[in-house]
Amino acid sequence: MSEHDTKSEKEPNSPERRRFIGAATAAAGLAIAPGVMLYEVAHGRPEEQAASSAVRWGMLVDATQCATGCDDCVSACSTENGWTPVAESRHPKQAPQWIRKLELQDPLTQMETNLPMMCQHCADAPCVDVCPTGASFKRADGIVLVNRHTCIGCRYCMMACPYKARSLVHESLNDTQLADVPRGMGCVEACTLCVQKIDRGDGNTACAEACTAAGHNALLFGDMNDPESEISKRLRELPTKQVRADLNLNLGVRYHGI
Amino acid sequence: MASITFREVEGSSLKYWMLFGVLGLFVLFGALAWNHMHHYGHVVTGMDNQIVWGLPHVFAVFLIVAASGALNVASIASVFNKPMYKPLAPLSAILALALMLGGLLVLVLDLGRSDRLIVAMTHFNFKSMFTWNVFLYSGFFGLVGAYLWTMLDRNVKPYSKTAGTAAFIWRLILTTGTGSLFGFLIARELYGTAMLAPMFIIMSFAYGLAIYLMVLAAAYSWTGRTLGDAVMMRLKSLLAVFVAAVLYFVVVHHMTNLYFTKYHAVEAFILRDGGIFTTLFWVGQILIGCVAPLVILLSSLGKQRTWIMIACVLIVLGGIAQMYVTIIGAQAFPLDMFPGLKETSSFFDGEVHSYAPSVPEFFLGLGGVAIALLVTTFAVKLLRLLPASLDDATVAKLEH
Amino acid sequence: MTGKLKRLLALGAVVLTTATLAWAGSDTQPKASGAPKPVITKSVKAEQCVEDTAYMRRNHMKVLDGHRDKTVIEGIRTKKHSLKECINCHASEKTGSVAAAKDDFCVSCHSYAAVKIDCFECHSTKPKGSMAMHPLNAETAHLKHALAVNADVKVSAEEMAKVAQ
Repeated sequence: MSEHDTKSEKEPNSPERRRFIGAATAAAGLAIAPGVMLYEVAHGRPEEQAASSAVRWGMLVDATQCATGCDDCVSACSTENGWTPVAESRHPKQAPQWIRKLELQDPLTQMETNLPMMCQHCADAPCVDVCPTGASFKRADGIVLVNRHTCIGCRYCMMACPYKARSLVHESLNDTQLADVPRGMGCVEACTLCVQKIDRGDGNTACAEACTAAGHNALLFGDMNDPESEISKRLRELPTKQVRADLNLNLGVRYHGI
Repeated sequence: MASITFREVEGSSLKYWMLFGVLGLFVLFGALAWNHMHHYGHVVTGMDNQIVWGLPHVFAVFLIVAASGALNVASIASVFNKPMYKPLAPLSAILALALMLGGLLVLVLDLGRSDRLIVAMTHFNFKSMFTWNVFLYSGFFGLVGAYLWTMLDRNVKPYSKTAGTAAFIWRLILTTGTGSLFGFLIARELYGTAMLAPMFIIMSFAYGLAIYLMVLAAAYSWTGRTLGDAVMMRLKSLLAVFVAAVLYFVVVHHMTNLYFTKYHAVEAFILRDGGIFTTLFWVGQILIGCVAPLVILLSSLGKQRTWIMIACVLIVLGGIAQMYVTIIGAQAFPLDMFPGLKETSSFFDGEVHSYAPSVPEFFLGLGGVAIALLVTTFAVKLLRLLPASLDDATVAKLEH
Repeated sequence: MTGKLKRLLALGAVVLTTATLAWAGSDTQPKASGAPKPVITKSVKAEQCVEDTAYMRRNHMKVLDGHRDKTVIEGIRTKKHSLKECINCHASEKTGSVAAAKDDFCVSCHSYAAVKIDCFECHSTKPKGSMAMHPLNAETAHLKHALAVNADVKVSAEEMAKVAQ
């Protein structure tokens, strides 16, 4: 057996294996009960079933479609997750921002690019590595989350994140939290890929829904492990990049047009 | 070898209690500052989502680094068998413990959820440098405490060298851990280098010894005990070596960065365009913290005790400036997510972040310093830590 | 700068005074008759709690703790032991919350037992969709959208009936 083969067997998360599992699952699904299987993939899992590593949620951002001046994804996120939009906050510098519009300009060519920036849901997340209590963690399905029950507010994850994706809640929220999205003073938070929606079976995030509703279609959410998913298909066709690819963090958010 | 008499400080004078009261007052202010921050949240501080570690971390990390350095005098005595340093060892150990306590208190009271300290003690992620530090700090208390015990109790004196060696090795690992808190961060350009570990160790030597010398001189002068020049001169030469080594490491660190084009922007920020950070670097860290003390300690000025004290104060001030530049300066420089492109956003991407420390942060930090000094003040009254006399004749006898 | 300092000093004075008063008052007010007995309002929405009442009184925190880790870490969102369902059932009719007023379900007992509740540092004290009860201010105005969105899509007829009760 060659060395390469040994490696792919030892590493449960290797791309080869993932592709194999994905293909096998899809094949089995088609063979046994196509309707049920496809429904399961698209609409989440039963509520008593844990999130599975067979799935890797991710996002494709098409920066060429992202409109200048549009921040529908940002307002949709704030509405879905209950964080105060920065424009309405009394303390803008300290206000949490789960997602933000980033405007880029090449000083040489003057070319401008627009894109949303949020937690990149790294497979090898620096915030997970540095968290002293393990509050910052990666869920089996690839979503990087903060467990607020064990977050002590040390902000080491904020120091470690190369994307400035995390915010500390600086002031009391006075019970304005949404029932589905607990957040609180002194804890760190970031984009959750709308985990409450995923677990509910919506199969999409608020930002992507809003972007589609606005007709821009710059955001595509889906399971990157499933070769038949819309996102996997698009990722195969479009040239995409990872932000700070040099860090080799294997991001869950991929950008086209940067 | 002649024996040395250790005696408690009487501590009944008005002056003693005034010192105690003033320090206590600052501890109280620190407690109130914490209460304020804890109640309203970090919104009352100058920290935000750009500068996430502020002035409390500057004080905390400085105190923790200085704590391990303060243990040096004791280490020289036991690990390197220099009898002259033996009478100086107990104060060195207690000062190390006190500074560590002060630093840790500031660190944990600045947590977003400081009420959840128990979580930090019960949930561990062993890939985190912070977790390592939790164990390093606890171990430091244990080992230095044991070491102090072997110095104070005749029955366990034979174990002194073992305990001292263990404490010495532990403190080297501890400062490696403190430096690696920053060294193990990939996101920020001024961090993410193994240089930070040895640099923090050598800085701890300098800061710890400077504080030790000031406390020693103050204790002897205020209690009317004799502190001979032999001790002072020996320690001040050592201090000069440490400060020179700090300067060396800082120069190497920045020279290396300057050779790498990708670090040019951040180096230009610290060394030239960074405003307050540039000033703090050149005037604070380099001039006040390194050059001026070196000139004083190595010239004939260094023969006068007042000037040695001035040099110590300058080293401490320079040390705080260094921590400010290292901790806050590195955060003030924007993250470069898209190299070569200009970034703008509502989240202050692509721009230099400003930071103005608030009053509670300042008092929380000072509270840590005050706790450290208060513990030391009380310990020298409670325990026999200080030799009754350190005049030249007594010290000279030790050498033979 | 000086304003903040003054506030800090004033705060110190207040803390000291309060502490002194509390200490002085502790002699004159015997605890047994002083502390108001907890008000336990039976939920109107169901006959029986998810576990035996006596068991829940002693062990609700363990039940919640076990469930919270499953939910947060594994994504298991079964309703039976979820805090959200506790709130759905036990929110007071008056405040719409389990912890807004001193007679509300959670607070009432916890203040009697002098046990701090950490849940509502992060969790909403109100059932989902009850956002209408919030006074809208600058900080919460954007939640109007949430209300609209939720009303549009998410709330089933069954849930609506529950909220209406």
